[in-house]
Amino acid sequence: MKHKITLTINGENVTSEVDSRLLLVHFIRENLDLTGTHIGCDTSGCGACTIMLNGQSIKSCTYLAVRADGAEITTIEGIAAEGTNHPMQKAFHDQHGLHCGFCTPGMVIRSIDLLKNNPNPTEEEIRWGISGNLCRCTGYNNIVKAVQQAATEMQKES
Amino acid sequence: MIPSNFTYHKATSIQDAIALSKTHGEEAKYMSGGHSLLPMMKLRFASPEHIIDISKIDGLSYIKEDGETLKLGALTTQTEMENSSLIKEKYDIFSDSVKLTADPSVRNLGTIGGNIAHGDAANDQPALMLALRATVIAEGIDGKKSIPIDEFFHGFYMTALDASDVLVEIQIPKAKKGSGGAYHKVERKAGDYATAGVAIHIELDDHGTCQQIGIGLTNVSAVPMRLERGEEILRGQKITEDLIKQVGKIASEDAEPTSDLRGSEAYKRSIVNTITQRMIRLALERAQK
Amino acid sequence: MFKCKTSPEVGGMGHSVKRKEDARFLHGKGKYVDDVKLPGQLTMVMVRSPYAYAKILSINKDKALAIPGVLAVITGYDLKEFNLHWMPTLLSDTQMVLPTDTVMHQSQEVCAVIATDRYVAVDGAEAVEVEYEPMQAIVDPYKALDKNAPLLRPDKENQKDNKIYHWEQGDRNKTDDVISKADVVVKERIYLPRIHVASIETCGCVASFDKDTGKLLVYLTTQAPHAIRTIVALVAGHVGLSEEKIRIISPDIGGGFGGKVPVYPAYVVAIAASFLIGKPVKWIEDRSENLVNGFARDYHMDCELAATKDGKIQAFKVSTLADHGYTDSSANPSKYPTGMFSICTGSYDYEHAFAELDAVYTNKAPGGVAYRCSFRVTEAVHAIERMVDKLAAEIGKDPAQLRFENFIKKEQFPYDSPLGWTYDSGDYKATLEKAMDMIGYEDYKKEQAEKRAQGKLMGIGICTFTEVVGAGPSKDFDILGIAMFDSAEIRVHPTGKALARFGTKSQGQGHETTYAQILAEELGIPYTDIEIDEGDTDTSPYGLGTYASRSTPTAGAAAAIAARKLKDKGKKIAAHLLEVSEEDIEWEVGKYFVKGAPDKSKTIQEVAFAAYTNFPEGMEPGFEATHYYDPPNLTFPNGAYICVVEVEEETGAIDVKRFVAIDDCGNIINPMIVEGQVHGGLTQGIAPAMYEGIEYDDEGNVLNGTLMDYLVPTAVESPNWETGHTITPSPHHPLGAKGVAESPTVGAPPAIANAIIDALAPLGIKHLDIPITPAKVWDAIQAHK
Repeated sequence: MKHKITLTINGENVTSEVDSRLLLVHFIRENLDLTGTHIGCDTSGCGACTIMLNGQSIKSCTYLAVRADGAEITTIEGIAAEGTNHPMQKAFHDQHGLHCGFCTPGMVIRSIDLLKNNPNPTEEEIRWGISGNLCRCTGYNNIVKAVQQAATEMQKES
Repeated sequence: MIPSNFTYHKATSIQDAIALSKTHGEEAKYMSGGHSLLPMMKLRFASPEHIIDISKIDGLSYIKEDGETLKLGALTTQTEMENSSLIKEKYDIFSDSVKLTADPSVRNLGTIGGNIAHGDAANDQPALMLALRATVIAEGIDGKKSIPIDEFFHGFYMTALDASDVLVEIQIPKAKKGSGGAYHKVERKAGDYATAGVAIHIELDDHGTCQQIGIGLTNVSAVPMRLERGEEILRGQKITEDLIKQVGKIASEDAEPTSDLRGSEAYKRSIVNTITQRMIRLALERAQK
Repeated sequence: MFKCKTSPEVGGMGHSVKRKEDARFLHGKGKYVDDVKLPGQLTMVMVRSPYAYAKILSINKDKALAIPGVLAVITGYDLKEFNLHWMPTLLSDTQMVLPTDTVMHQSQEVCAVIATDRYVAVDGAEAVEVEYEPMQAIVDPYKALDKNAPLLRPDKENQKDNKIYHWEQGDRNKTDDVISKADVVVKERIYLPRIHVASIETCGCVASFDKDTGKLLVYLTTQAPHAIRTIVALVAGHVGLSEEKIRIISPDIGGGFGGKVPVYPAYVVAIAASFLIGKPVKWIEDRSENLVNGFARDYHMDCELAATKDGKIQAFKVSTLADHGYTDSSANPSKYPTGMFSICTGSYDYEHAFAELDAVYTNKAPGGVAYRCSFRVTEAVHAIERMVDKLAAEIGKDPAQLRFENFIKKEQFPYDSPLGWTYDSGDYKATLEKAMDMIGYEDYKKEQAEKRAQGKLMGIGICTFTEVVGAGPSKDFDILGIAMFDSAEIRVHPTGKALARFGTKSQGQGHETTYAQILAEELGIPYTDIEIDEGDTDTSPYGLGTYASRSTPTAGAAAAIAARKLKDKGKKIAAHLLEVSEEDIEWEVGKYFVKGAPDKSKTIQEVAFAAYTNFPEGMEPGFEATHYYDPPNLTFPNGAYICVVEVEEETGAIDVKRFVAIDDCGNIINPMIVEGQVHGGLTQGIAPAMYEGIEYDDEGNVLNGTLMDYLVPTAVESPNWETGHTITPSPHHPLGAKGVAESPTVGAPPAIANAIIDALAPLGIKHLDIPITPAKVWDAIQAHK
């Protein structure tokens, strides 16, 4: 059965027909060609598919596209204007918080959501705050530093 | 991993959900956050033909005290619980547990109602509900019903809810002076289901005597478990170290864990003993504040 | 210490310049295999066996083919028509591409469903009806050796039992003799369990065969695109896929760690499907397929370490049983079936050693891939480092002191190890001293004594490892006969900017930055002016790929030498431009100048321009160079790691309080990247030490085939790593560099295991196999009560 859905993704309105079982991550990647959102584990364990749904980080591999009807979605492609960096992206670059880059979009999105609720987290809070996002390359040290840098920068801005 | 085909229905109201469920019968499943059900569907452990999305129903997301009762709307997310100032102030047991459930992105969608309605002894909330002596409010074909938590969990993924019943609210006796709670679970890594978990709720009278006590255990039995023998020992008593040790021992005896990837049966019995003692001490300390 | 020769703007060696590749990843613009979308692309999904060992009685495709959108179901019989149903492995064994009659492990590929879309393909796979006759699986490798054990590989001629091979190295008799006469002999059976690299990106490919041109293009999650091209040509040449018609593109890779070196059966099926159908076919593994196929480790090692009563090591012997699953498909490019296992004598100076290994078949997935380590080095290091600690405990000597007394001394390098390696360089004493200073070893010793007096469990664990990385040299390493060199090709354009191409392939190591820095160091062209390109077999020079920490030791060296060739040519051009003889030209980073007249100079950019516009008569125009580097020796990075833990006796809970890692990987190209690599390797070290292990039941079912139960550490489990360096350059590498990214994966597990076991020592516990979980610790404590 097809369902008509209308949503906003990275500021653009999208209307589409989707099957009941289409997973949001596939809708984003295959229907909209926004391939920055990745699939890592299929069971909501790794966070590579993390996107922002109505301002909150969620795992799009465990969410039906049809349920996103009316939603506002931001993917990694939409967190900063073309050619610019969100402070979190800049911090990941500055602190060498990425190696292969596969977990990075999800990690960045999750970290932004983390700071939204807790603008000045402790190291412990950062580690727990990104515990649903696995990284196999970096050992997390520099990701933690990146989130700390972004927290400082974003507090200065606000 | 992709679920089998099914038909999606969006329920716009509780009545709408019940009507949809009535139409599609046993082949239909309600979905709220979807973080328990959808992974099972993707792994093809579950293949419902109809999914009735209840997450869009208005008015089922709230945390409020009403008279002598704390009312939690079933669609309240774990994140909303985590961020609620009321919860932070007065219901430590929820703050303890929510932080240990899955991870923040999952908690952004996962609901308190879903965590209970799934009927999984590995979920964290059932033990809290047992400890807090919650009442589950559901609406179904036969109207509204309230189910005492002790009558709610029937078996492995089985609850007192009929197929068309929507869990709408959880009612918990309001925190009062002299009450305190705590929850902890041992997990293999952050976000894991419990190797063993223990929820404690204590109510003390003005003399420090334990008026009421609730002890719920996570993932050490097929059905979420109340530690009745342990409660009996503490109820009406001044809680002493000696009694705490006794209750810990009872927890290790009465729990029904099995050996699996999380550890041996003996290890789990020992763990449940330790956490029971620690959580009683912590809940007591909080009650005495 | 290393002193930078270039300015930060030029960004040569020693500068922590930020990575050039970051922007696309940060903006979601990385291009991984699953991001490839070709016109008319189909999707393939594998049907996999639910049984570990079963006869296939029938495969009924009808219901699957009846689903709209399902185009084909490919079985072993379909491939047999083209003689593609089996393929050779790197180690002269054979592996099924698709079975015709028997499945040999759970989750083995049974057949493939090709459909228009991922969802339809999955439905098709569900609808294929396979009738199995299950058989009793052999799960325990020791039982595979039973006289009465059923023969698992009757398909192989001359195969009379389940042994694959026996390997040995060293002098058995002499070693036995020394051990039998020694004052002290410590023994242990050490098991390193099956683990999986579990890169966050799983494996996959898009195979596209063009029937008109006869060309095959494959986007592949591979660490070694050229090697794969040659293997495909060797395996499928008989159907017309000859090497000049094959193009392998390894785009951005979401982590490799060795898991993306092998040729997996599904790659071959996807290629075959595209070849048959004439349309692009995409296959992307799901996580469970990933975790249940391929593995690392699975070595059962019986170790004996002999010493004098005061702790001078005299001999080491290790006899190993290796569980290879149903075929030896080890992604091992060395000439030795056990890879570099004979590095197991460690960082210590003694004469006698003997290592032997028997490999057996079982009903488990084949693989034998590395897990962020050079082939079998982790097993070797774990064996010796656990045994050294056991010896220290046995004779009551501080494990640091015991190591100091046995280390190979700085002046003994190059050092010939008892099992035949020539260690290039190291200063083990200085490295361990630095680690001890950084962590405050003596203070922790005091604290431990106090805690023990209070009945608390605290442990300090040391590992002083020697790695062996950087394959070649070609005398030790090849892939199907192809020598393990690597390559660099540099083109400096007329404007002085450059493009350099390599036979390696980064999977997160930062090659686009570090290779540019090597060239910046050599040529003085700013690293930002140098583009790095890898991974496309049509454009890159032939190379053997990136794994086993070989990129800097081989391709990095090739880059330096190719640059030096250019520099030599540039000198001639500079002499021509400055109107002096070549002998009068001197070089300092980025420019040539006339000896004694430094103001008379030409920059490298001016020289590059002249190479195209104003070159000496008779000189070949252009400014390009290529080098293929076959290293004279491996590099031997080493390190000293110290871990401090506390264990709670009541629950078995383990708290890693501190972890200090001092690495010596010679000269460092980019300290920021090296530190990042060490952090990542350390987390992949704590993973098998405390969390990961593939578990089987008696029927051969995998019990933890999702990331819900295969416990990849999160940021919570991963401690705050403390790192540092000593620098002992490699004498034979043109830049004095060594590989580094795997050292921490090798060195961390024994340091952690040693710390936990040290903590438990007062309870009488002398050894635990990894992963050491709280549940395992608790069980052990009870057993010792």
